[in-house]
Amino acid sequence: MNYAIETTDLTRVHGSTRALDGVSVNIHKNTITGLLGRNGAGKTTFMSLVTAQDRPTSGRVRVLGEAPFEHAGVLDQLCFIRDNQRYPDDYSLKHALRAARIFYPNWSQELADELVEMFRIPKKTIVKKYSRGQTSALGIVLGLASRAPVTFFDEPYLGLDATARHYFYDVLLRDYQAHPRTIVLSTHLIDEMDRLLERVIIIDRGRIVQDADVDELRGAAFQVSGPAGAVDAFAGGRRVLSSHRVGGLATLVIEGALTQVDRDALTATDIEYGPVSLQELVAAYGFDEVESPVKFEEARS
Amino acid sequence: MFDDSRPIFVQLAERLVDDILRGRYEEGAQVPSTNELAAFLRINPATAGKGLGLLVEQGILEKRRGIGMFVTAGAKGRIAAARSGGFVSDFVEPLVREARSIGLDRESVIRLVDEALSRSTSLTSDQQPTRD
Repeated sequence: MNYAIETTDLTRVHGSTRALDGVSVNIHKNTITGLLGRNGAGKTTFMSLVTAQDRPTSGRVRVLGEAPFEHAGVLDQLCFIRDNQRYPDDYSLKHALRAARIFYPNWSQELADELVEMFRIPKKTIVKKYSRGQTSALGIVLGLASRAPVTFFDEPYLGLDATARHYFYDVLLRDYQAHPRTIVLSTHLIDEMDRLLERVIIIDRGRIVQDADVDELRGAAFQVSGPAGAVDAFAGGRRVLSSHRVGGLATLVIEGALTQVDRDALTATDIEYGPVSLQELVAAYGFDEVESPVKFEEARS
Repeated sequence: MFDDSRPIFVQLAERLVDDILRGRYEEGAQVPSTNELAAFLRINPATAGKGLGLLVEQGILEKRRGIGMFVTAGAKGRIAAARSGGFVSDFVEPLVREARSIGLDRESVIRLVDEALSRSTSLTSDQQPTRD
């Protein structure tokens, strides 16, 4: 079995909103997969359904080959660190670690101790009084030290300073290499975290729009920029993911790869072209064409 | 360190090739392992492994089972041969484009290249390939 997670037509409806809409996706075992997309795209809903913390409206989930709802044996193998993880009112660090040690069969106290020290997590303060960064740091301690075969982090870096984030990335890579496991993380810090990833799933409005190796996505789109007329003429017949227009100028992100013929054609014009980063690609997929009510000229006067 | 133009594993392979050309890793020397590269560069180990794998395919590195990755004998020659193919598109054409856009004429470009060649020849004349 090569997949840690398999979903078929997974759908979750909240009232009139389809938070997740027919998602069929397979997540490779022992990879680090990034779940990317705008706020409200369905990332957290997906993680909640896969970890059996929420029930799908329709569709199917398999984790390590089993339905997570029906198998306590599967739930033992899962760890889900939410961005707004809650703890009982009277919990201090000691209580949180003790509960985790009981709950996660692969728990590493040694790793937890190291991380607590490095993140400078307060031992006496109750967890409810932690700052945003301290709460995130505790989540990272629990998520990594659980060594759960399938671990989910939902925006694990909120409130962490740059030093702490780099420390997280280092330990994540180090411990993943020593103890290979399936890690799924959602992030908006794509420029900073894209190289930690092997696989990328881009989700928008509850649907999967990309599911690929991070390397494949590096050639999945490109951008062209210049006089709007020339740029639009070049874009004719291609799939434009996003556009940015000011005055007579336009920048378009276009799906697909530039061919040598395209390059030669563009070099002959005054259209500039270039690669898009993964961050820009995710932004392009989440792009909504909105007509600004205020024109540039009016805004200036 | 890495940019968005090409996959990271390709850029990693290019970095290692640069290191080999500059003599940081001599032919026969061991290069860092997948795990060391991943940890040092903060990249996914699969990406590091693909970068090393690419150089194995190109005959620049060889795997010695249970020991690690080593620079092959003759690696430098293979690298130079592979790179000369991209010399025009990677260096000459961008140079010509830039010269055009700043309005340098043909004679000036040729003169500037010639001057640069003379300077580098006088610095490293012992390393220049002989022309026959």
